[in-house]
Amino acid sequence: MTINLALLIAIGVLVACGVTLVLERSLTRVLVGFVLIGNGINILFLVSSGDAGSAPIVGLSDEPMSDPLPQAMALTAIVITLGVTAFGLALAYRAWQLTGHDDVQDDLEDGLVRRRAELDEASSTFDELDETVPDEDGSDVAGTGTPADTTTKDGD
Amino acid sequence: MTTLLALHFLAAGVAPGAVRLLDRRAFWLLALVPAGSFAWLLPRVDDVTTTGDPIRVGVPWVSTMGLDLDLVITPLSGVLALLVTGVGAIVLAYCGWYFRAGDTEIWRFSAVLVAFAGSMLGLVLSDNVFGLYIFWELTTVLSYVLIGHNPERAANRRAATNALLVTTFGGLAMLGGLAVLAHEAGTASITGIVDAAPRGTAVTVAVLLVLLGALTKSALLPFHFWLPGAMAAPTPVSAYLHAAAMVKAGIFLVAFLAPGFSDVPGWRPVLLVVGVATMIVGGLTALRQIDAKLLLAHGTISQLGFLTAMVGAGTREAAFAGLALVLGHALFKSTLFLIVGVVDRSTGTRDITVLSGLHRSMPWAMVATVLAGASMAGIPPLLGFTAKEAALAALVDLGDVAGAGAPFVTAGVVLGSILTVAYTTRLVWGLFGPSHGHGPTAVTAPSAGFLAGPLLLASLGLAGGFVGHWLTPRLATHAASFPEGAHEPELTLWHGINLPLILSLVCILGGLALFALTRRTGDLVRRVPEAERGFNAVLRAVDRVSVEVTGRTQRGSLPFYLGVVMVVLVAAPGTALLMSWGSVDLDVTVAENPLQVVTAALIVVAAVLTVRSRRRLRAVLMLGVTGYGTALLFVVHGAPDLALTQVLVETFLLVTFVLVLRKLPPLFSDRPFNSIRWIRVSIGVLTGVAVAGFAAVSSASRVAEPTGPEFAGPAVDFGHGKNIVNVTLVDIRAWDTLGELSVLVVAATGVASLIFLLTDRSMQPGRAAGENPPTRRVRAWTKTRRRQAEDDRSVVLEIVTRLLFHSILIVSIYVMLAGHNLPGGGFAGGLIAGLALMVRYLAGGREELDAAAPVDAGAVLGLGLAVAALSGLLPTLLGGGVLQSAVVDIPIPLLGELHLVTSVFFDIGVYLVVIGLALDVMRSLGGGIDRHAQQQEEATA
Repeated sequence: MTINLALLIAIGVLVACGVTLVLERSLTRVLVGFVLIGNGINILFLVSSGDAGSAPIVGLSDEPMSDPLPQAMALTAIVITLGVTAFGLALAYRAWQLTGHDDVQDDLEDGLVRRRAELDEASSTFDELDETVPDEDGSDVAGTGTPADTTTKDGD
Repeated sequence: MTTLLALHFLAAGVAPGAVRLLDRRAFWLLALVPAGSFAWLLPRVDDVTTTGDPIRVGVPWVSTMGLDLDLVITPLSGVLALLVTGVGAIVLAYCGWYFRAGDTEIWRFSAVLVAFAGSMLGLVLSDNVFGLYIFWELTTVLSYVLIGHNPERAANRRAATNALLVTTFGGLAMLGGLAVLAHEAGTASITGIVDAAPRGTAVTVAVLLVLLGALTKSALLPFHFWLPGAMAAPTPVSAYLHAAAMVKAGIFLVAFLAPGFSDVPGWRPVLLVVGVATMIVGGLTALRQIDAKLLLAHGTISQLGFLTAMVGAGTREAAFAGLALVLGHALFKSTLFLIVGVVDRSTGTRDITVLSGLHRSMPWAMVATVLAGASMAGIPPLLGFTAKEAALAALVDLGDVAGAGAPFVTAGVVLGSILTVAYTTRLVWGLFGPSHGHGPTAVTAPSAGFLAGPLLLASLGLAGGFVGHWLTPRLATHAASFPEGAHEPELTLWHGINLPLILSLVCILGGLALFALTRRTGDLVRRVPEAERGFNAVLRAVDRVSVEVTGRTQRGSLPFYLGVVMVVLVAAPGTALLMSWGSVDLDVTVAENPLQVVTAALIVVAAVLTVRSRRRLRAVLMLGVTGYGTALLFVVHGAPDLALTQVLVETFLLVTFVLVLRKLPPLFSDRPFNSIRWIRVSIGVLTGVAVAGFAAVSSASRVAEPTGPEFAGPAVDFGHGKNIVNVTLVDIRAWDTLGELSVLVVAATGVASLIFLLTDRSMQPGRAAGENPPTRRVRAWTKTRRRQAEDDRSVVLEIVTRLLFHSILIVSIYVMLAGHNLPGGGFAGGLIAGLALMVRYLAGGREELDAAAPVDAGAVLGLGLAVAALSGLLPTLLGGGVLQSAVVDIPIPLLGELHLVTSVFFDIGVYLVVIGLALDVMRSLGGGIDRHAQQQEEATA
């Protein structure tokens, strides 16, 4: 099977540019990069599917037809890209609404975990052993008193 | 039997409703379920224990895995089932008095307790190891909820978690063991496994794993610490779970397996040593307690040790005595727990150093307690005494099988029994006797019904002592599965003067003396090793390790994560690429068609400009160029469907980008041109080179013919269409497409919720999230009927789009329908319709869009998905498989026949989903953003 250099270069450049953008912090750039990578990979599907040919429609032409299977896969990929990008754009808009920019920030919780690791602490959900005794009634929460006079909602 | 289980779970389902109607009285109704089960079981168990022939029922489930709902009443499981249902019924009825009227938590409690009773019944009756495991873990999970009944105390939460962690840890070990046993025995049936009794190293390991499960569940050393903590549960729960039922599960399991496996290496040493040690440690700690409930909890640990040692000893006499003890223990221990509950409710305290003078004020409670206590201490003429006599007799003869260790076991049990007598006396004296320095405790007299349960259980324990001749043959049926021992076991009040009787006397007198000695201090041993601290240290270590690992690997930076992914992509498959490079024969041509060179050059330039541009809009426009270029390459390659879809998607995407970008700042935020940027670029270049390399090598190393062209025949013959790509989408790989549709629905809903729901909430902080169901978003949106400002409108454009709109829609429907034989299909058609809507929006704003499509986008999405799914089911009615295409010929008068392929409906579903997506995107990123801007203007004005 012959390899098409022009397509190969297009794939390489699209993926290279896409990855460079995806590694940015601006969500718009990340999304643009995402679509670039998508285009590159869709071409890769075509290249690896074999030589060009006539449209895969029965009875249209006597020429050998191109492979329809990767085309069907790429077609779904294109539409999925649309859906996911639209979602990403909504995220970007929301980020802009909340923070005034669309940069992806470092996760705050992860930072807290890292601090705990540096301080050699246990996680925030870890209950240290204390001297309190289990009991059916009563509460640790000040002011709530016994269960009889708490007004916790019963689920409806 | 399956009906009994089903009834329990059904009752659990209706329990909350019953509680709402009847309040705590609902418990009396619920108690009928286990009571009825008891009544049903009683004659059958009587049969089985007399004849020895088990009753079996089986409901096949996943038979290929050996997972079936097989239930069996054996001489052992029948007795246990009677205990579980009988005590369960009494405890449930007791709850009707125990809880305060109007308690808001009992709706949940009642359901969980009944479900627990059902799981427990399933556990003892199950004959399938996997079924047993499922019921086993159900009891674990339900008991977690029951122990955590009052989650407002940190100690309660920890107690519930400890119980859960310890018992699920053991449960998992047990599952592993049971799976190995089932494999080695060639059957998943418990009775089958015991009959086959395989041997070998794997079996030894498996048996020890199963024992680990039993030890954790039955709170034996060193896992005993979870049981006292579990006293955070309401007292009826303690009476049921922690006396009669759940903690016995481990003992049941040991008893089930003992006939087949008691001579497996490690079985006897583990069970006898751990059992006796637990008996002594539990007794020592029980003597120190001042809370009556905790005293009972520690006493239970001690008794569980005793029971384990007996049922695990693996002789006929010991198995007989063990079963009798289990019966006796269930009766007296639940009585005592229930009495403690009565005392607690009547006086408001369980502190035995405070309670005083109750022998006068609560005489009937004292009668029950003295009877149950005497049974626990092994004092004649109660069942506890006859059972303990049998146990001591079995231990005396244990030397025949257990060898030199047997006397130590006997001595340990005697020591444990002395402690038992001492803490029992301490409990009875503490509850009802006088207390130093305290006057008679004030008492609200308990109602007769409240005391009925414990009195009934206590009198059964008394009666059991006198009907030894009736019980003996029935309990002996189970024991008969062991080889004959030195003597035939028997439950009787008078054996004559022999060693067991002397030992019993030693226990009673020694215990009373010990009580007298320790009465003042209550402390025999100052320090008992605290297993809970060790357990907590283990938990802490696990937690610390996870914090360290998370802290080191989870940096929280998206570029870092993606960078790592890309570097791995380059490093791992990239290395493989380099190594295979020489071995592939690369036949390179510049291009198959000059147009490819031009287009590729265009794409390359546009892609580089996309990266370099600092303006958002320019980046997006350049992105569009690469997209249209890609479409051109598709055309040249011979993929018209792809090209059509790509052009439509690219157009839609471009507009969508612009709709959002109009709000964002025009320039990307300025970032210094530093080393980080070079790292980004180099990762990008490396990835690009690697991917191009993959493309080259993968297409060059192809050896087989592609399967795609072979689709041509089936597409026409079975898919009834000429466009192979479309037939692939709607028929050959229709499952894929169905999955994709779901993704689109989720994405569209996500877009809408990000724009509408969240902002609505942030703008109206008083409203709770639950009051704003997603379907309201459009209705709320359409309510803001405000014409767009006149100067924003272009009347000509608006009119022209209105004129064109319907024609475009018809074209879109044509493209969808024609797609079966020509380029097109549901995706392309839907996108064309979406673009038509988009044009209407662009011309006239959101009111115009609303006029064009006066429907809820969510409804369109849902309808589309439903149509696609139903059309997949339709062929099954015509005798085909799911998603198979079928042809229906409908005769139409004058015009001939309508040739209808069912997959057309699937395509209609696709069409609708895509329109729904477009509508959601337009409404959210178009209209929604407009509205935000308007609201902001109004706010500033």
